[in-house]
Order: sequence, then structure tokens, then C-alpha cells
Amino acid sequence: MAMECKDTLELLPAHVDRELGLPEVMEIERHLQTCPRCQAEYAEQLALRAAIGRDVTYFNVPSHLESRIQAALPSPPLRAPLPAKRTWNWLAMGTTLVSIIAVAWSVSLYMILPSADDRFADEVISSHVRSLLTGHGVDVASSDRHTVKPWFNGKLDFSPPVYDLTTEGFPLVGGRLDYIDHRPVAALVYRHRQHVIDLFVAPITGDRKDIPPQSLSRQGYHIVRWAHGGMVFWAVSDVEPAQLGKFREVLLVYLSGG
Amino acid sequence: MTEQTKNQRFKEMVLPHLHAAYNLARWLTRNDQDAEDVTQEATLRAFKFFDSFRGEQGRAWLLGIVRNTCYTKFQKNRGQELNTPFDDESHSLESQNPDMPHGNPESILSRHEDFKQLNGALERLPVEFREAVVLKDLEDLSYKEIADVTAVPLGTVMSRLARGRKLLRVYLAQTEQGNGDGM
Repeated sequence: MAMECKDTLELLPAHVDRELGLPEVMEIERHLQTCPRCQAEYAEQLALRAAIGRDVTYFNVPSHLESRIQAALPSPPLRAPLPAKRTWNWLAMGTTLVSIIAVAWSVSLYMILPSADDRFADEVISSHVRSLLTGHGVDVASSDRHTVKPWFNGKLDFSPPVYDLTTEGFPLVGGRLDYIDHRPVAALVYRHRQHVIDLFVAPITGDRKDIPPQSLSRQGYHIVRWAHGGMVFWAVSDVEPAQLGKFREVLLVYLSGG
Repeated sequence: MTEQTKNQRFKEMVLPHLHAAYNLARWLTRNDQDAEDVTQEATLRAFKFFDSFRGEQGRAWLLGIVRNTCYTKFQKNRGQELNTPFDDESHSLESQNPDMPHGNPESILSRHEDFKQLNGALERLPVEFREAVVLKDLEDLSYKEIADVTAVPLGTVMSRLARGRKLLRVYLAQTEQGNGDGM
């Protein structure tokens, strides 16, 4: 039973916000492909959301107010000011990195990373931050997986799985080569709203077959690591941990299906 | 928990969300001074009630307090002020672009890169739509979190977002047409 325009239009906002379950998403996508009117409405809603994210002012807390609040708290703790949320002040950030304590989150699924992976995690974050700082995010810029995937041919001794997740809210931006843990790895770059998600992919080394999902937060960045099909994946970003978890789930659907 | 531990935990779990708190307060009150007062009052209230914080998302928790503080303050002092039509001349956010061509309002969004009038349109939204759009599109809260923050059922969140965004498009189209007719 095909979905009608009325139902589709009703669910479109929730679809735009990625709040629907997979069955509903598939129904809607099917309808959109056959209905230009709903498709146009969908495009309008996506455009509005993108415009709001881009052009609506985000008011960061004035520093004098932050100081005033700190001072008003009983036995005021000493801490450096917050880094601005949208306009990254990288210089200030460097000095406050150590003092920013990432928000603890309680995704019971995940465990704390063992310290053996700490160095790797540091390298992953450094690479992510470096690419943002230098603006060198991608060597190959394309949202087409059939462009990005072959680009790695001959540059790596493995072929990373590449999927465009635009319909899930994580458009593929491109890829680059990176060097982590003394070996070249594939870095796939995705976007989620104003945030950049770097996904590092490398074959599992040694005889470790099954690595349960693990995550950590540090310096305001969040990392999720998991293994699938002989590859180990590290996703790093400053998006909310919940969004990073969603990114992993969405990707897993593709990895399992393809 | 000792005062020191409480202070430490509050600092780690709530204070990182001051930007979000101020942003919401600023969009609800639509002026700097009220936003500052609300943010400060709400943060101190949050500290006072921090013992009742059960470790859920600190941001949504703080935003709920900001919202309540806002509503309490304005109900007490100035009635419906959060909802009064916004005076275009008293603020500098809304920059209208006279060069914009006019046309079918339905397709305006897909044609134009310049959405500077969006700030003005968002400020004009009735407060219950405005807060839903800010919490979703600026803070990226889930529907469930928005339902918690605004104390309404999930279905209401959905319909407020849908109607709020529809209104935004109507406002944008009006700005567009106004400019077109005036030129």
C-alpha cells in the first residue's frame, strides 16, 4: 500500500529532522521518488533548515555575564572561559583545551576506552583538529562514493568502504589520506549541520577480531570506535555524542547491507 | 555530596551549556539585558536544584530551567511581552535586501542564498513556535528532549515545529513581496 501525499506531508518535518523509524523513512523515500510535488516540498523544508542553521544568529554568552555567574556561585571555581560555540577561537581553545572537561554521557552501550588506545585516540583527534585548522579537510572532494572510493586505489593496501549518507543527514564531503599509528589510513569526511565528522578506517591488526563499540570524550571532541568486516572505524567530531552514535548506527546499516 | 563536589560536578555538567542557555534566553526575550538576567537567574536556580539533577543531558536540563525562568519572569512582570509583535525599527538584526527579485513565494527558499531576513522572521514567530524552532534547529535537541524542555507531548512538538516553520516561510515570502512591491 503506497503512501499518500497527505501522510507524507504530515511526516515530512519529522523526516527532515530524522526522527522517523526506518520503515517510515523507506515509505517516504519511495513516495518522494514518484511525486514531484512532495519532492519539491521536501526540498523547501530542507532548504529552510539549512538556511536557519547557516543564517540565524547563535548568541554566545557574553564573557562579562559568564564571569558574573561564576562569581555568583558559592565558592567560585577557577576556570578558563568557554570557547565560543560557532566562531571557533582556536588560539583561546589551545589554552583551554586542558581545562575543558568533556560532558560525561551515559550511553550504557559504550565502555571507557582502555588506555592502550589513548595514543591512537590522541592522534585521531589531532588529525581531525589539524584538518579543520589548516582547512585541508579533503584530498578528493565529492559526495559520490564512486568517485571517493576509487581515489584510494593504489594509495592504500586496503579498500575502505565508502557510503554517502546524505539522506540520513550526514552528507559525504570527500576523503583524504592520513597517517595514524605509524600507518596510512583512509579518512572519510562527513558533515552534520555545521559540524565535520572525520571517519578513520583501517584494517584490524593482529588477531583482534571482535572489538565492541567504545567511546570517549576529550577536549570537547567525541570519539566512537567500532569494528566491522575486518576494519576498525574511528568517528571523531564535536557533534553531540548522541548524534555521533546515530552516525555509527546509520553507517552500520549500510555496512551490513552492502 | 559535599559543597566542593557539587561545585565541581555543576561546573563539569552544566556550565559548558551556558552558550545554549543564553542563546535560548536571547531568542525568547529578544533583547540582551533580559537575556542576561534570565541566564544568570536560571543558572543560579539550576545550582540550587542541582541535587535533583539525575545525570540526564545537562543541556536539556538547563534549558528547561531557562525556559521556566523566562516564562515566570515575564508572566509576573509584563504579561504577554514574550509574544508581542516585534518592533522592527528597534533592532538591527533584520536586514532587508531590496535587491531581491520577487516572484512566486512558494519557491523563494530554493532560489535565494541570502536569508538575512530569517532572524527577523524568527523573532516575529509566536513564542511557542519560536522556542521549538530554536531548540531543534539551533540546539539540535531531539523531539523527546524538546518535549521535556517545553513540557508538552511529543505530538505537540511535532506540530509546533511544522507550523512554526510554515509561518517562517510565510514571513519570508511577505518580506520578499514587500520588497518587490516597494521597489
